[in-house]
Amino acid sequence: MGGFEHYLSIFTKAVFIENIVLAYFLGLCSFLAISKKIDASVGIGMAVVVVLTITAPINWFINTYFLDKGALVWLSPDFIDVNLDFLRLIVFISVIAAMVQLVEMFMERFSQALYSSLGIFLPLIAVNCSILGGSLFMVEREYNLTETVVYGFGSGVGFFLAIIALASVRYRLRYSNIPPRLRGVGMAMLLTGLLSMAFMAFSGIDL
Amino acid sequence: MEIFNSESKKIISDPLSINNPISLQVLGICSALAVTIRLDQAIIMTIAVIFVLCSSNVILSALRNFIPNRVRIVVMLSIIASLVTVVDQVLQAYLYDMSKQLSVFVGLIITNCIIMGRAEAFALKHGPSKAFLDGLGNGLGYGMIIIIVSLFRELFGAGTITLPDGGVGYVLFSIPEAWYAAGYENIGLLVLSPGAFFILGLVIWTQRELFGIEEGE
Repeated sequence: MGGFEHYLSIFTKAVFIENIVLAYFLGLCSFLAISKKIDASVGIGMAVVVVLTITAPINWFINTYFLDKGALVWLSPDFIDVNLDFLRLIVFISVIAAMVQLVEMFMERFSQALYSSLGIFLPLIAVNCSILGGSLFMVEREYNLTETVVYGFGSGVGFFLAIIALASVRYRLRYSNIPPRLRGVGMAMLLTGLLSMAFMAFSGIDL
Repeated sequence: MEIFNSESKKIISDPLSINNPISLQVLGICSALAVTIRLDQAIIMTIAVIFVLCSSNVILSALRNFIPNRVRIVVMLSIIASLVTVVDQVLQAYLYDMSKQLSVFVGLIITNCIIMGRAEAFALKHGPSKAFLDGLGNGLGYGMIIIIVSLFRELFGAGTITLPDGGVGYVLFSIPEAWYAAGYENIGLLVLSPGAFFILGLVIWTQRELFGIEEGE
């Protein structure tokens, strides 16, 4: 595994080429619901970056030292055949819910300003698919610890960019004449399609 | 207790028409788009979602008087996660190829907003039998949309229609070679992510025109 360039390539891939919203459709519910307002979009975008960067490595530790096949061998060599990966989903989602709660409490204690701007979004993103999706992709692609951190952060940044882009477009849209029944979600879907096409232009880049 | 009175019918039929979970309540879009590349994936996903949605609605509605309000989210998540684990294990055991194709999206049923949304909005306020009907109705409403989207994407994007079977899928129909020879071409864009967004956007538009629903923005 190469040095800096390898990580840069994972980061760029996560942000642009395999953007978690526009290419994998993860986190679309909050993406569509919140992109009506720019301030709120910045808030939830930052919250997703923070939570993804924290939960992906924690889930990596749990997966590598407890859940994977043979992961418990550090306890005793007898556990070489133990495979707990059927517990993966339930453990990951509990870790995410707990971490979101913890981040929320931590913020409330140490940074009131940050809490008042991000606080209301934190409970929402416990059930945001992009967070669980990030952890599951990390397992599926067999990333190591550093790659996981870079991937988690990159996916968060990808979500942040996509939601701000959509929120800005929807803001301009208020002054345009859209067929009444297409307004709202219908239009947002078509716009997301266009954004997704724009991001596809990056897919030719090979790092 | 009457199961088939008019109220029960309404619980089932509303999600199929004027209160569709995907196009009108805007729940569960994430997984809806990812599994619509082929019809067989959409059908298997629909069955999985209906199973999880009905079971979680019934379980949560039966427990609704015992779950403390403050910890209900965690209780809901753990019940849903257990049900999804069951689905995941069954798919891996009996439909291994399909489970590989759906990859992480089976696990992501946990965070599918339809399931949490219906539990929160309906199951915690009504009895088990109504909650079951609500789960069935919303599951069918979800299935209806993703099956329509996947039909368009597969037929016009890849030129086939595939039904699920034990292995890699049974090809029910594919566009004849003669058409291609005559100059017909598949729309490659539909297979990629943007195609999914466009088709779903158009389906939502059509449905809102049919039922005359507007959203203020």
